Amino acid sequence: MSDLTNAPAKVEVQDPGQLIPVVRSTPLVRCNPLTKIAVALILMVGALLSIDLVSAGVVLGFTLIGLPATGLDMIAALKRLWFLPLGALLAAWGTAILAEKSGAVLVDLGPILMTAGSLDAAAAIFVRTLALAIPLIVLASTIDPRDLSDALIQHLRLPEVVVVSVLAASRLLGLLVIEWQTLSMARRARGVAGGSIARRTRSLFAGIFVLLVQSIRRGTTLAMAMEGRAFGRPGRTWRRQSVFGAGDGVAVAVSLGVCALAIVAAHALGTWNPIIAG
Amino acid sequence: MPKTTAPDTTTGFKPNYSHIPVTKQWRVVDYVVTAVLGISVGLIFWVLALSWKVLELGFQAFPPSIGLIAGLWVLAGPLAAIIIRKPGAALLCEMIAAIVEAVLGSHFGATVLLSGFIQGLGAELIFAAFGYRKFSLWVTSLSGLLAAAFMSVSENIMYNAEWQLGFQAAYAVCAIISGIVISGIGAWFAYRAIAKTGALSSFASGRMR
Amino acid sequence: MALPITARGFSWQHADRDEPAVGPINLHIAAGEKVLLLGPSGAGKSTLLHAIAGVVPSESGTATGELLIGDCPPDPRRGETGLVLQDPDSQVIFSRVGDDVAFGMENLGLPAEEIEARIASSLARMGLALPQSHPTAALSGGQKQRLALAGIHAMRPEIIVLDEPTANIDPDSAGAVRDAILETQAATSATMVIVEHRVGLWLDHVDTVVVLGRQGLITQGPPRQVFGDPQIAGELRECGIWVPEDPEAVANREPMAGNRATRATPNPAPGSTGEVLLRTHRLGVARPRAKVAAATDIDFDVRAGEALGIIGDNGAGKSTTALTLAGLISEFDGEVNAFGSLRSGAKQARPFRWPSAFLAPRIGMVFQEPEHQFLTSSVAEELALGPRLAGWSSSDVDERVEELLHVLGLETIAEAHPQGLSGGEKRRLSVAAMMAPRPRVLIVDEPTFGQDALTWAGLVELFLDVLARGSSVVAVSHDHSFLDAIGARRIELGQPAANASPATLSEAASDRLSRSERVE
Ligand SMILES: Nc1ncnc2c1ncn2[C@@H]1O[C@H](COP(=O)(O)OP(=O)(O)OP(=O)(O)O)[C@@H](O)[C@H]1O
Ligand SMILES: Nc1ncnc2c1ncn2[C@@H]1O[C@H](COP(=O)(O)OP(=O)(O)OP(=O)(O)O)[C@@H](O)[C@H]1O
Ligand SMILES: [Mg+2]
Ligand SMILES: [Mg+2]
Repeated sequence: MSDLTNAPAKVEVQDPGQLIPVVRSTPLVRCNPLTKIAVALILMVGALLSIDLVSAGVVLGFTLIGLPATGLDMIAALKRLWFLPLGALLAAWGTAILAEKSGAVLVDLGPILMTAGSLDAAAAIFVRTLALAIPLIVLASTIDPRDLSDALIQHLRLPEVVVVSVLAASRLLGLLVIEWQTLSMARRARGVAGGSIARRTRSLFAGIFVLLVQSIRRGTTLAMAMEGRAFGRPGRTWRRQSVFGAGDGVAVAVSLGVCALAIVAAHALGTWNPIIAG
Repeated sequence: MPKTTAPDTTTGFKPNYSHIPVTKQWRVVDYVVTAVLGISVGLIFWVLALSWKVLELGFQAFPPSIGLIAGLWVLAGPLAAIIIRKPGAALLCEMIAAIVEAVLGSHFGATVLLSGFIQGLGAELIFAAFGYRKFSLWVTSLSGLLAAAFMSVSENIMYNAEWQLGFQAAYAVCAIISGIVISGIGAWFAYRAIAKTGALSSFASGRMR
Repeated sequence: MALPITARGFSWQHADRDEPAVGPINLHIAAGEKVLLLGPSGAGKSTLLHAIAGVVPSESGTATGELLIGDCPPDPRRGETGLVLQDPDSQVIFSRVGDDVAFGMENLGLPAEEIEARIASSLARMGLALPQSHPTAALSGGQKQRLALAGIHAMRPEIIVLDEPTANIDPDSAGAVRDAILETQAATSATMVIVEHRVGLWLDHVDTVVVLGRQGLITQGPPRQVFGDPQIAGELRECGIWVPEDPEAVANREPMAGNRATRATPNPAPGSTGEVLLRTHRLGVARPRAKVAAATDIDFDVRAGEALGIIGDNGAGKSTTALTLAGLISEFDGEVNAFGSLRSGAKQARPFRWPSAFLAPRIGMVFQEPEHQFLTSSVAEELALGPRLAGWSSSDVDERVEELLHVLGLETIAEAHPQGLSGGEKRRLSVAAMMAPRPRVLIVDEPTFGQDALTWAGLVELFLDVLARGSSVVAVSHDHSFLDAIGARRIELGQPAANASPATLSEAASDRLSRSERVE
């Protein structure tokens, strides 16, 4: 399949509609989209089943080591994903305050009481949050919606009209960033941007609503354009065959290995703390 | 310009200023707009998921009261159902929203897919019970109610397992109230606002007169 | 095998309108006929095309009478029709150029090898010399239009319906694009219906001209018969159809020929005596986040009372330049500075640094895609917004709105939602809304596409008024007769190789030579 896919390495012009641009073509990038989804889900299971530092740490560590294999523009990724560590930190903070207070008291500022036990729990939540989120985002960024629709239709036999319509609409998600830029430009040109905080907040919500309405209109026109090119006619063919290669097998095997390692290590080190009490 | 002759004097398609779609079959535009709605609500879910832990802090006095904002999680279903008005719209839209939320990344991870399915099903059942022929504020509120009820049961099992029964019940009550208010009544007014802009002209739901 | 199109008493009324968009019409188009559909802006041409392609959702309004393709009502699922919509922006389907072109062919069920072969040749024929993996989100307006046409070219449908297919394409290659469309038609001897306001480009190549008025069909016949008859021609002129000046002009191949091209050009500042308002210095422009400049080393002055035309091929960077000039995107290189009365009161010389409330009354910007800039929920409110924000008294605002509505023929739709208008109506509204508060500098991107002769003249009148009041106009335009009419000095942005097909390249190059003499 690699000869037929649009190897992103050849793209000189970056796609402004991509959340995180792919700058290099690696074996992982060339994997089937279904493989990427499977890998993300498998890794997730490794971190999901238990709330503990070890299993989450194994998954996160492996993910971070594996990042270069995704061929993503790391700087752009940092710019897009800065909120993730922040969100994880907030989650951890919440946990540190709320969790059962056990062990030695480490921080005591009146209502804010943190103990060794609660800090442990917080660290686990921090790492686990990242371990759950990063694999899926990173792998999803390397998937071209078009390849995904090929794979879903050809392998999973999902109904093609549904899949193609939904994925064509999902292109609008990437475009939202550009749309937002254009909308901000328009508001600026019309003289309604800026002003006091209250005005800015109001215009932020007004802008979000306009964006929603605009997207619906776009979707409606898009549907017309698709039908105008014979979409919905039975007997559709595909430009590309979605196939699995050796790389796909390797990717799944490696991720299964990591998942198993995470679970075994947590049991071995006695930190296993399953979410569904058992 | 002169008014046209009355439409019913000629053969051809019938005039259909009806609030119920002509057919229950899905058109391309139904799929596309359902996806657009799912993506938009998915973005809201994502922001909500990121700030969830912080929000929880605000409800520390009585943890189950977090249910009072949990009703927002079921917004996609009633909203899509009232706009698209086709069987399955609520379920599909809630699923798409969940997928978007998962892909953009939040600490709920892929568990949201399961939640999405359960909540979408709740919203869908109400419209199905009315045979997809009744689309009013009441039906939408009911759909928000059932979706929130489904949600609270599943959340109590998945996330609040260690709470006592009383807390779980309180959570369910709070969630259902917010489900009715935010995702039922809220979805209805969101739909009316969108329809007023004329963007729903391709849908039966766009007929405001 | 081509199919005929028959309409008997067909009309379509949008559910939120009081009058039908297409009046009841009777129409017969024979199989394999090439039809040019003309009509004033808002006459219902686009609506009729959508109906022929079978893509109007039945929920969105009421039809009367019948419309038949062959023997059955139109149904896109039979896969015989290829439609290009008027708005190039919202018909991009996939995120890569190659996939987008392949979409129609895949729907038709063609084998993969055939699809691959046709993609490359169709892109080349439409002059879109880009790699197949090029992201569609990074295409200019005209490039998107070429992409949509390439999709239809590759499908080779039995019925071809095109809505203003060359409105955004640079005049140098409009002829080549037309030839490629005609070649598609010839390959399957398809029935073809084309909407276009400028008749010159197509007149020699169609069998029939159909003129649609607001109340129904005005006339139908071979081009020579329709335009040859002085009485019909007069009637057409009255409702705003571009009529070639005389029968000889029928043979005129000049793409942008129109009957008003020779209009006198009362340029108020022939010696560029007005004060300098904006000056660019070694300006390089690029879209936000782009890594390479779309155009570089642009140096010019914008003077009060002067009109400036920015011309160039599709993708040359005209729109990007316009947005940069308007202070909406940051300069990639070099700078844009304001001077004189435009600058007075500003701490910063670069418009990009100005706050919105300060910028808007000084520099007005009309976007290439009109739907991007509408902020309110009715036509009249949209026009009133600018003046109101600029602090005009409410009677002045009302007067200004009345005036603009009247000049541009928008009175009947004053209460309609801006997003629900026809293509040409949206364009006029977006231009008028920006003109309303009388900014010192007015920057417009393709202000005249989708206009009939009357609304075109209305726009020209408004622009001349702007100039006469000492404001300046910067117009990005492929419409040379418009630039002539407002007496615009031209600046050409060049980047020749990206679009022109090999056939037009040499022609375009020689044309550029001769044209550059006109450029100061
Ligand atoms: N979606 C819509 N909802 C309501 N009214 C509409 C809609 N689209 C078009 N109209 C109205 O229907 C009439 C015909 O529109 P149409 O787009 O067919 O005109 P047109 O002949 O293509 O004009 P133009 O040359 O300006 O593109 C116009 O008055 C327009 O305002
Ligand atoms: N949003 C975008 N992001 C990145 N690149 C873009 C974007 N829009 C356009 N481009 C690229 O920037 C270049 C200049 O585009 P621009 O829109 O300025 O062209 P233009 O001269 O206005 O063309 P047209 O006559 O077709 O409107 C083109 O090569 C185009 O492919
Ligand atoms: Mg039109
Ligand atoms: Mg442009």
